[in-house]
Amino acid sequence: MSAFLTAGIVRTALELGLIYSLVALSLFISYSILNICDLSTDGCYTLGCAVGAVVTIAGHPILAIFAAMAAGVCSGFIVAILQTKLGVESILAGIIVNTGLYTINLAVMGFKSNLSVFGSDTIYDLFGNIIPGNKAWASWSPLLLLAIILCIVCVVIYLFLGTRLGLSIRATGDSPAMVRASSINPAFTIIVGLCVSNSLTGMAGCLIGQFNGSSDINLGTGMVTVALASLIIGEMFFQHRGMALRIVGVIFGSVLYRFAMSLALRLNIPTEAFKLVSALIVAIALTTPQVRKLVSLHRQKRKQMLG
Amino acid sequence: MLELINLSKTFHAGTVNEKRALNHLNLKMEDGDFATIVGSNGAGKSTMFNAIAGTFYPDEGSILMDGRDITFVKEHRRSVYIGRLFQDPLMGTAPHMTIEENLAIAYLRASTQQHAYFSRISRKEKELFREQLAMLDMGLEDRMKNPVGLLSGGQRQALTLLMATMVTPKILLLDEHTAALDPGTAAKVLELTKQIVKERNITCLMVTHNMNQALELGNRTIMMSDGGIALDIKGKEREGMTVEDLLQQFAKKAGEAFNNDRILLSTEEEK
Repeated sequence: MSAFLTAGIVRTALELGLIYSLVALSLFISYSILNICDLSTDGCYTLGCAVGAVVTIAGHPILAIFAAMAAGVCSGFIVAILQTKLGVESILAGIIVNTGLYTINLAVMGFKSNLSVFGSDTIYDLFGNIIPGNKAWASWSPLLLLAIILCIVCVVIYLFLGTRLGLSIRATGDSPAMVRASSINPAFTIIVGLCVSNSLTGMAGCLIGQFNGSSDINLGTGMVTVALASLIIGEMFFQHRGMALRIVGVIFGSVLYRFAMSLALRLNIPTEAFKLVSALIVAIALTTPQVRKLVSLHRQKRKQMLG
Repeated sequence: MLELINLSKTFHAGTVNEKRALNHLNLKMEDGDFATIVGSNGAGKSTMFNAIAGTFYPDEGSILMDGRDITFVKEHRRSVYIGRLFQDPLMGTAPHMTIEENLAIAYLRASTQQHAYFSRISRKEKELFREQLAMLDMGLEDRMKNPVGLLSGGQRQALTLLMATMVTPKILLLDEHTAALDPGTAAKVLELTKQIVKERNITCLMVTHNMNQALELGNRTIMMSDGGIALDIKGKEREGMTVEDLLQQFAKKAGEAFNNDRILLSTEEEK
């Protein structure tokens, strides 16, 4: 067993799980809380990666995170304006922005389909250099750094959702009629919500770009499904719990998803199959309630026919 | 205090589904007035409420609140001083949020300062919510951390009533707010409504299909028909009125309006 799951595999799964959990958290805000399907996630993730890579190459790895987040905010803002002020269907708004972002992302990367960050200091290098020459620190410090970043993000999200603005955002997704009757402008809360959500996606893009040491135009393809799978796995455990547990659940789901992927890799399932597996997980999770209903209806019918 | 002047609204104008929902409607509510509204389906009761609340803007006419023209003020801005309850008890509350969080959102109307965005629910406010919930006498004050979705329809409607009046509104719109509740709960919610409206002297409009209620509650009975006010009964005239009288008047007025409508339709067809 120890050979099957080496420390390296566990570590990588945890690292990727933590980074991707930022995207899952972004969907947690837009999909679970605001009840909006924001399909610009793929493009926004790549945007974060591209912007992050460019700023990192310019020599500012920490600033890169904030730049990527700001880029995410811009992207989210456009998606939100399209659907709140200009009356575009929310799903279409996401798709439109996602399509447009492809060109923007290419432009950010100087019209190349990929950009290497090698040779430039990343945040992982900076953090790793705190204790130089220690082998264990060198291999585990990225995970520690990511854990610290995720902790900060979680606490900030939790605190934010407890403020009046955060409560208003939650109410917007939960009961639109009530929100309008409570002096909250739903357009405003949707805009703020999507900006926050996409800033997390952008941040995830930047972290993965620095982690992989490169940015690729196709990096984000299918990201929304992968994140949704993580989100659904996470929500399965803590659906009816408090906000704090639900946030932790999302991260848990993302890590669990990565572990499942690592296992699949160990079983020599080709990486090309991952997207299909993600799609299957999401499809199964989303159809479960309906299937359950049908099964129980079927049982009830049979019971009545027998009785 | 609230004045509707010559208010008109046509839905689906220019199509076969054209519907004149409000037809040069005029209404003036005085401070502290409690008017019950009766009228058949499609008479424009809910449309009038929507116009007052700002769900849509009227085609014609204006709405004044305390002398200020609010005809084109946005819905969420109006809701600072307009409280509203719907027939559906599920509409007024957020089911996945706790009682406390729902109340906190309703209480937002009290804080108009922009910088209040990042403030959290304070202990003092929790105490206030507790006191107010205790007033409902439903034991909700001990369940403040429970999601609202777990409450019964009656409890949710009572909570909505509390939320709509916690920050005293200038006017309270009640759109058959007890119609979807069982008789016992409906009586209880109605009792609470009376009590709160009286205590705070809130100007109130209440749609009802119960003719007894229409005469017993408040100080005015308004009958709507074809997007206008057909009858406005108050004072001495109202005191001596029985349900029979009201029904008779109702049939008479509604009938006339119906004939008027027919004339209108036929002339339009000739064009």
